[in-house]
Order: sequence, then structure tokens, then C-alpha cells
Amino acid sequence: MDSAIATSHPHTHETAVHAEHEHASLPQHRHHFETEEQQREAGSFGMWLFLLTEIMFFGGMFFAYLLYRNWYYPAFAVASNQLKVPLGAANTAILITSGFFMALGVWAAEMRKRKTLVIMLVLTTVFGLAFLTVKYFEYKEKYEMHHIPGADFSVAQFVNPAAYHLDEKPLAPDMAQKTEIFFFLYFAMTGMHALHMIIGIVLLFWLTHRAWRGDFSSGYVAPIENFGLYWHFVDIVWLFLFPLLYLINRHPLH
Amino acid sequence: MDHEAIHTDANDASNVTNPEHAQHHIVTPLQYCYVFATLLIGTAITVFAAYLDLHWANPVIALAIACFKAVIVILFFMHAAYQSRLIKMTIGAGFFVFLVLIAMTMTDYISRSWGLW
Repeated sequence: MDSAIATSHPHTHETAVHAEHEHASLPQHRHHFETEEQQREAGSFGMWLFLLTEIMFFGGMFFAYLLYRNWYYPAFAVASNQLKVPLGAANTAILITSGFFMALGVWAAEMRKRKTLVIMLVLTTVFGLAFLTVKYFEYKEKYEMHHIPGADFSVAQFVNPAAYHLDEKPLAPDMAQKTEIFFFLYFAMTGMHALHMIIGIVLLFWLTHRAWRGDFSSGYVAPIENFGLYWHFVDIVWLFLFPLLYLINRHPLH
Repeated sequence: MDHEAIHTDANDASNVTNPEHAQHHIVTPLQYCYVFATLLIGTAITVFAAYLDLHWANPVIALAIACFKAVIVILFFMHAAYQSRLIKMTIGAGFFVFLVLIAMTMTDYISRSWGLW
């Protein structure tokens, strides 16, 4: 293939000097790529394909949420109102901040600033952990309220909200049962999101270690850049989870 | 920056190995700061709007802001705006397929038990 290109387009600069860098073994330029840019684009391409499969994966859950919300609207509105908007909003800001530092980390790697890169990766990790901490307290509250689907799930608050000082209209018992579906989807969606965050944080530890070693401050940016794509993707999922789960059911249409 | 963007878009068919001429573009920290500020303002607006009773407009506004924020993240934090056409087409095709799947599922859903949506 290479030789065919070389003979049919002998004027091309890249193929003309091909022999000179045939044995290049820089991590940013493996020998099976013509140019560094080609390797880089191939990497981005692969990463985007992976992220698109992730969009399909989360998209399925978003779709299930929208349909069930349509079916059991009163139950979803009341159950959604049990989530704390300030905590969700704070977590949104925390996650955006984490993504901001990740973006700066990519910049630092491009600029070959080793220490800046390490600092940015650490800040990304810190804000990622802060997000998970807030999420932990949210889950804990749901546990105490018996709002985790399963044997301990209780509809008491939804059948008789006045007894729990909730400013909600009581639901009929059969509709109240459907709040369990809301919480099932809530835990499935935020849980899968949190799992992605945990995987990301594990990868961040590894990347920070390698960044400290200097792996990414001599022109080899791809791992940082592609991890950045993943981290921003996880960000985007939350940008949709927050309004869908916390915000859009505040003022139910009756 | 404009010059760079033009250069990135130039398709040079005579360049066999790298026809897209995808020169790497480095987004500056200042640009990231603008994006960061926009995202925080968007979050503030969406939370504020959620506390107002706007009837049917509540979910519309919330999702419109979420889509706007997602597009900004994809374009700038994820550098989609500065990528080669191959990457841009890949991203676009992915979202298009996703919309097709949603549309076909919706068609199935809506056409069963007609009227009992």
C-alpha cells in the first residue's frame, strides 16, 4: 500500500521522506503511522466511536425514563421532588469545574508543562471525588427514607405525605407504587454515571502518576486528550441527568 | 485563530497521507475560561428557571439549556470545532443514528394503543 502510494504520487512530501522516519518509535509516532497527525487523528477517531456507543447506552436509559415519566406522571413528579435541587446544582457546578481543570490539563500537556499538567489532573480528581461525596450523601438520605427500590422500599411518604410534613398531594396506592420505578431509574442512571466517574478517577490516578514521570510532557498528548474526551462525556451525561431527574418535575401539570 | 480554522478545513487532495491537513489546534486557557463561565451561568439560569412555574415551558427550557451546554462542551472542551472533517462527520453521524433510534422507538410507541399515550 505504501509503495503503491509512493509510486503514484512521488511528489508528496510525506511519502518522499518516508524512509527517513520508517523506524520512528516515539509514543506519539508509532512506526505503522505515516505522520504524528495521522496517529493522533486515528486515536481521536477511535475514542469518539467508543463515546458514541456510550451515548447509545445512556440514551436507552434516558428514553426509558421519559416514557415511564409519561405513563406515571404523578408518581414521577412527587418522587422527583424528593431529590434536593441545591445538592444537584452544587454537583453540576463541581463537575463542570472538574471538566474545566481537565481541559486545562490537555492544554498543559500540549504546552509540555509537566507540573501544570500534574496539578490540573490532581484538581480534576479532587473535584471528581467531591462530586462522588455529595452523591454518597444523597444516596444515604434515600436509604434512610426507604426510597431505594427493593424489599425496604416504602411508599408511606407518598400515600400519606402530610404525616411526613411533605407539601405534596397524596397519591393513590397503585400510583404511589410507581414511585419505585422513578427511584429505580434514578439509581440506574446516576449509578451508571457514578460508575463512570469511579472508573475515570482510577484512570486519573494512573495518568497523574505517568504525567509526574514526564510521559506526557514531550509531545505525547494522546492519552491525556482521549481521557479528556471521556471525562467531558461523563460531564455531558450529568448535564442531562440533572435537569431530567431534579428539575423538570417541579411544577407538574394537572 | 481564524487563520488556523481555515487551514484546518482545507482539504488538500494532493496530500495523500494527510488530505485533511488536520493541523493541531491548541485551545487557550482564556477560551476555556469563557466556556467555563458560560457553563456556570447556564447552570444558574436552569436552576433559577426550575423554581418558576412556567407550565409546559419548564422542561423545554431545562432541556434547551442542557443541549446548549452539551454542544459547548463538545465543541470546545472536546475540541470538536477544531477537528478534521472525518472526526466531525463521525460525531455528527453518531448523533444522527441516535436520533434515528429514538424516532423509530417513538414511532412504535405512539402507534400502539393509539390515543392512550
